[in-house]
Amino acid sequence: MRYFDHAATTPPYDEVTRTIAEVMALHYGNPSSLHRLGEESGKLLRRAREVCAGALGVLPGEIVFTSGATESNNMAIKGAALQYVNRGKHLITTVTEHPSVYECCRQLEQWGWEVTFLPVNKEGKVSVEQVDEAIRKDTVLVSVMHVNNETGSVQPVAEIGSLLKEKYPRVLFHVDGVQGFGKIELPIKESGIDLYSLSAHKLRGPKGIGLLYVRDGVTLQPLLAGGGQEEGRRPGTENIPYAVGMSKAIRLAKEGAPERAVHLRLLKDKLIRGIATLPELELNSALEETHGAPHIVHFSYPGMKSEAFLHMLEEEGFLVSTRSACSSKRAEPSRILLAMGKSPEAAAAGIRISLGEEHTEKDIADLLEALNKCVRRVRNLKGER
Amino acid sequence: MCTACKEFKGREMTMTSYDMLLLRFGEITIKGKNRSRFEKAALAHVKSLLKPYPATKVIREYGRIYVELHGEPAREVSESLKHVFGITSISPVKVSPSRLEDIISAAKEFVGSVPADRHIPFKVNARRVWKEFPYGSQEMNRLVGGPILQAAPGLKVDVHHPELELRVEIREQGTYLYSEVIPAAGGFPLGTNGKAMLLLSGGIDSPVAGWSAMRRGLEIECVHFHSYPFTSKKAEEKVIELAKVLSRYAGQVKLHLVPFTEIQTSLAGTGQDNLIITLMRRSMLRIASLLAEKNGALALVTGDSLGQVASQTLPSMNVIGRATELPLLRPLVMSDKDEIISLAKRIGTFDLSILPYEDCCTLFVPKSPTTNPNLRIIEKIEAGLNGLAEQIETAVRDTETLIIKPHEEVVRSSPDDISSGNMAGAGTIDNNWF
Repeated sequence: MRYFDHAATTPPYDEVTRTIAEVMALHYGNPSSLHRLGEESGKLLRRAREVCAGALGVLPGEIVFTSGATESNNMAIKGAALQYVNRGKHLITTVTEHPSVYECCRQLEQWGWEVTFLPVNKEGKVSVEQVDEAIRKDTVLVSVMHVNNETGSVQPVAEIGSLLKEKYPRVLFHVDGVQGFGKIELPIKESGIDLYSLSAHKLRGPKGIGLLYVRDGVTLQPLLAGGGQEEGRRPGTENIPYAVGMSKAIRLAKEGAPERAVHLRLLKDKLIRGIATLPELELNSALEETHGAPHIVHFSYPGMKSEAFLHMLEEEGFLVSTRSACSSKRAEPSRILLAMGKSPEAAAAGIRISLGEEHTEKDIADLLEALNKCVRRVRNLKGER
Repeated sequence: MCTACKEFKGREMTMTSYDMLLLRFGEITIKGKNRSRFEKAALAHVKSLLKPYPATKVIREYGRIYVELHGEPAREVSESLKHVFGITSISPVKVSPSRLEDIISAAKEFVGSVPADRHIPFKVNARRVWKEFPYGSQEMNRLVGGPILQAAPGLKVDVHHPELELRVEIREQGTYLYSEVIPAAGGFPLGTNGKAMLLLSGGIDSPVAGWSAMRRGLEIECVHFHSYPFTSKKAEEKVIELAKVLSRYAGQVKLHLVPFTEIQTSLAGTGQDNLIITLMRRSMLRIASLLAEKNGALALVTGDSLGQVASQTLPSMNVIGRATELPLLRPLVMSDKDEIISLAKRIGTFDLSILPYEDCCTLFVPKSPTTNPNLRIIEKIEAGLNGLAEQIETAVRDTETLIIKPHEEVVRSSPDDISSGNMAGAGTIDNNWF
């Protein structure tokens, strides 16, 4: 069985699982305890924070540990909306955001905020001009993801960030960095980003932990009330083993980024060229470097139920996804693909293949052979009918 | 300096790529035959701070140090070298070959894209050090200034109050162009004025006193008194962190951790509640003096500031100070708290100092400590304490000494109660986990 669903989650590094097991067994102390065991845990937490901050190029005090990117996104958006309500009640985001941003904004709408959902072009991108036009006097926050989890589209976040910093310095900028980190370089401090979400399990770390970068000077209303951990920003006893495991995963993701991008790009090119030879498949990912992340290939198989095609591939030994894992239990056409102007038929028949650094050219060749086989099988079925 | 000007200079730093940093010595240049020793000490300090930047090359010249960058980041390196004592200022330099046309094009690049929306008073200040260069200093001001003014219409010549002064030093090996002058720590190079022991408490004042002493050319070793279990281990961690901050300015510092529990207990046993601080401070000075003798230090440094607390009134200083024969240096004695706090923030110790952990002094603090102790009474109480002298010797003998370096974890031998208990994990943090 070969795993091609890295945008859903990634196989953790062996050294990360080992680290977590060791820390969990040895350092069960609560960092808030005053005795030595607690103090050691506090030390581990500090180190973990420093390592994460180092990989992101930010200050340790700007890192808040969370339960994952869903919490980070909620914390960033709701926390800013509530904190800066006296500046206004208007938010801007895009129609292709991850549900943890999209639904969070919908919820705020129900609570009396106004949200502008910017449309995207056929490559799935928004433009800086669109953002510029949407900004109003009462805009508090702009939230734009770095890389789309379904199609791999890359948003011009650095450009949006500099627009905001130069023209609208009071408007906060949140970036969901989950799919971009370790694949596409994004210097946080130089890109005008105030809030940045990450999840460990997309970077070969553990599930159940993530972080939010909160630029020094930005205050967020905490979503939870409790014992004051994370400087009151996110109370709850800290998850020491996962924090340490995440710091290792993030460090490795950062250190290997340039080679990983080159390797993934090579595999992606090969895969896309192969898929292009099958007339039944409509590619939704572009080959050009500027249009897509190096690890996500997305195509539609119009007329074919995507779940059926997924299971055919599974029979051949390949695990892929029909759309973003968070939405794949629903049978409707993809919101993202519809927003990119795809027909409802194509939007309901999407297949996402996402790559990891451990894949080889041989893996891609085998995957292409399986794709070919499955397409031929469908052809035969249709021919018989 | 006006805000606009600062912004302009900030921008300049990011736009020009610099080849070298120029470090200037201050008052030490007047110190006659000692100069060479002082410059060597500063040079060693510079070299130790340059370890993370292996491409750099250091050249020492009369009154100056040059650091060739070879691609290392100018901003980062100068931020780090700013802390070298004895260096008064730093200028990032662009180097060009000493040929007129090269100098002019380098100067144009240096000025870069000056914003044209307002006039910036400007001046060229050329100096021909290499006398075989065909044009004189005055001539060069004109020859370099003309093309720059043409290239950057935002500049306006003002030789009296320039906002942007481009210095051009023509030397045989190359011409140096610079304008920015970043103020540095000043003072005397590290250790050139001998060694002293710093009483480091964990409060706001003592780290600042230590930094001030180091800036004056003193090498310091820190002495901290702990009374575990009456004080928490976190207080000790905090002192280690504070020493680590100080070590950034020195490359490394020694930290002596003195077990003070027994002495404190027997002093408390005298029942002289309002005198206990006086008694404790005197014992601390005795211990610090013994450690000074052992380590070749000739003075004690404290964070005392006159009148700040009961033990820092003049009568208290008098009675406490008599416990040692060494000179007691109090760099902050005439400083206001505000001044001390702003210095603590600048040197990076403030945020650590305000962490709320019980340290030695805060536990046995009586309700009304004396501000006017009587020396005779104090001496009588001490004479009545039979074991005090031995206790002081024991404390010195059991002192744990750590070497603290800026970027290294402090490794300590685990105390027995952890390794023998069932707390399997404590004390073992594996660097491979991160």
